[in-house]
Amino acid sequence: MQALYAQLLVGLINGSFYALLSLGLAVIFGMLNIINFAHGALYMMGAFAAYFLLNLGGINYWWALLLAPIIVGIFGMILERTMLKFLTGLDHLYGLLLTFGIALIVQGVFQNYFGSSGLPYAIPDQLRGGMNLGFMFLPIYRGWVVVFSLVVCLGTWYLIEKTQLGAYLRAATENPTLVRAFGINVPRMITLTYGLGVGLAALAGVLSAPINQVRPLMGADLIIVVFAVVVIGGMGSIMGSIITGFALGVIEGLTKYFYPEASNTVVFVLMVLVLLVKPTGLTGRAA
Amino acid sequence: MTTLTDDTLPTTPRAMRDEMIVFVVMALLLASVPFTGVYPFFVMQALCFALLACAFNLLIGYGGLLSFGHAMFLGTAGYCSAHALKVWALPPELGILVGVAAAFVLSIVTGYISIRRQGIYFSMITLALSQLLYFIYLQAPFTHGEDGIQGIPQGHMFGIFDLSKPTVLYYVVLVGFLAGFLLIFRIINSPFGEVLKSIRENEQRAISLGYRTDQYKFLAFVLSGTLAGFAGALKVFVAQNASLTDVHWSMSGEVVLMTLVGGLGTIFGPVVGAFVIIAMQQYLAGFGQWVTVIQGSIFVICVLTFRRGVVGEIAHYFRRSL
Repeated sequence: MQALYAQLLVGLINGSFYALLSLGLAVIFGMLNIINFAHGALYMMGAFAAYFLLNLGGINYWWALLLAPIIVGIFGMILERTMLKFLTGLDHLYGLLLTFGIALIVQGVFQNYFGSSGLPYAIPDQLRGGMNLGFMFLPIYRGWVVVFSLVVCLGTWYLIEKTQLGAYLRAATENPTLVRAFGINVPRMITLTYGLGVGLAALAGVLSAPINQVRPLMGADLIIVVFAVVVIGGMGSIMGSIITGFALGVIEGLTKYFYPEASNTVVFVLMVLVLLVKPTGLTGRAA
Repeated sequence: MTTLTDDTLPTTPRAMRDEMIVFVVMALLLASVPFTGVYPFFVMQALCFALLACAFNLLIGYGGLLSFGHAMFLGTAGYCSAHALKVWALPPELGILVGVAAAFVLSIVTGYISIRRQGIYFSMITLALSQLLYFIYLQAPFTHGEDGIQGIPQGHMFGIFDLSKPTVLYYVVLVGFLAGFLLIFRIINSPFGEVLKSIRENEQRAISLGYRTDQYKFLAFVLSGTLAGFAGALKVFVAQNASLTDVHWSMSGEVVLMTLVGGLGTIFGPVVGAFVIIAMQQYLAGFGQWVTVIQGSIFVICVLTFRRGVVGEIAHYFRRSL
């Protein structure tokens, strides 16, 4: 049973990353109508930002948790201002191709300087060790990742669904021209939205750095799984992305325990099943 | 929404005649390669990728469907052909048939699944499906995992043509490529191709005219996947191995890049794009991961400033469809 709980925890952690990443994808897709293929590369940049902050600047994990998403978010906003904004009005597919190119560039540059092996990032002192919960041993850092991600996800949901700013955002998603007519600077809002989505990816990168090490290709395979998560959940609903992300992580964890051979493929198989039964995805609208 | 291709070009009998002339010139140029000093292995490799890119282009350029998983057909046909040739010791023509049949079956299954969603979702689904296959091939015993299937015998095609001779192999690959290319050319100019184009331009209207667009897209997907498999089966004889790189997502990305560089929705664009990208990889092989960076940069430049691609720009300049 110990092993089962341990795999469940691993599943919850992966689920946290799926949720944070698919949430960012959904937010970006809503505003920019672009599937951000660079999301995995930006997640990786978040982890590297934390690594550089620690090793070059002596800035600890807690500050990295704040600074890395801001740094990578600014990088994302520069990308949006210099490239993505020129895609307005073009077919969706060009957004996918452009961000795929950006992902190749970013990953290629990092691979040149850091190879493909992982760089270690130590767990901060405050979160070392573990707790015995009676039925399992809980490493504190892993528990922290799950709880913190959940809080961030719900915070983002609150921001978009319940605040004034979120209302503008949702309105601009529905009809940007009309919102502009009300005197709201929609292009700036688009840039900030992209920054927010990218920041969420970078945050996931910082959280994963002590668990998965810091590698140039850490986001390359992850983003494909997240795409499958997005197909399953649909991008219509913020809460849908969060729940689907966590749920698929848990299912993946359970698969690792009961049938480890299929743990790499279970999310994709589920995607196929969902498409056969309900082609629009679990929460999605037809698109 | 603007379309992916240059729709200002006329498709008149005149244009088709131009296309046939360009085709004959291309065929003659390629046929003369063994008499020049050009390294035949390079051209054979480029031809396999050119056929793959043409098959991919059938789907995106004429059906408006961006598949981000075409490596799965290349790799599946490659593995199945390689297994048939090496383990079952089948002759080359049957080995190719096994690979193509495998790609055909795979494209029926994956097409049935992925055609259910449009646009961006379709791309994500095909990418996820090819990643699913990648992990299956990573673990399946017959693919030999990371090692791949090595040292595949080339044998005698139809019992006569000795494929271990580079020149014979070259012409066999060339004939395969030209046959595949002509088939695609025929499909594009058939009534079926016209309906496909109308779906790309305005699916709602095609539906209202009574076309079952899902069936057209499904058939286009199967044709494209099967032809991509044919490219994969030919590639086995050139490379003499079948490995995981052929099923990896980066391979799917390269196919997209080749077609984008040459010109989406142009007939000769994918061929030009394949030669450009393969040549670039040859010349830059010593630069390690910078090749990836350069490929990424080409993507960015093409999307931002050069959406018609090489052949698309030429066609636009001369107001001909090529």
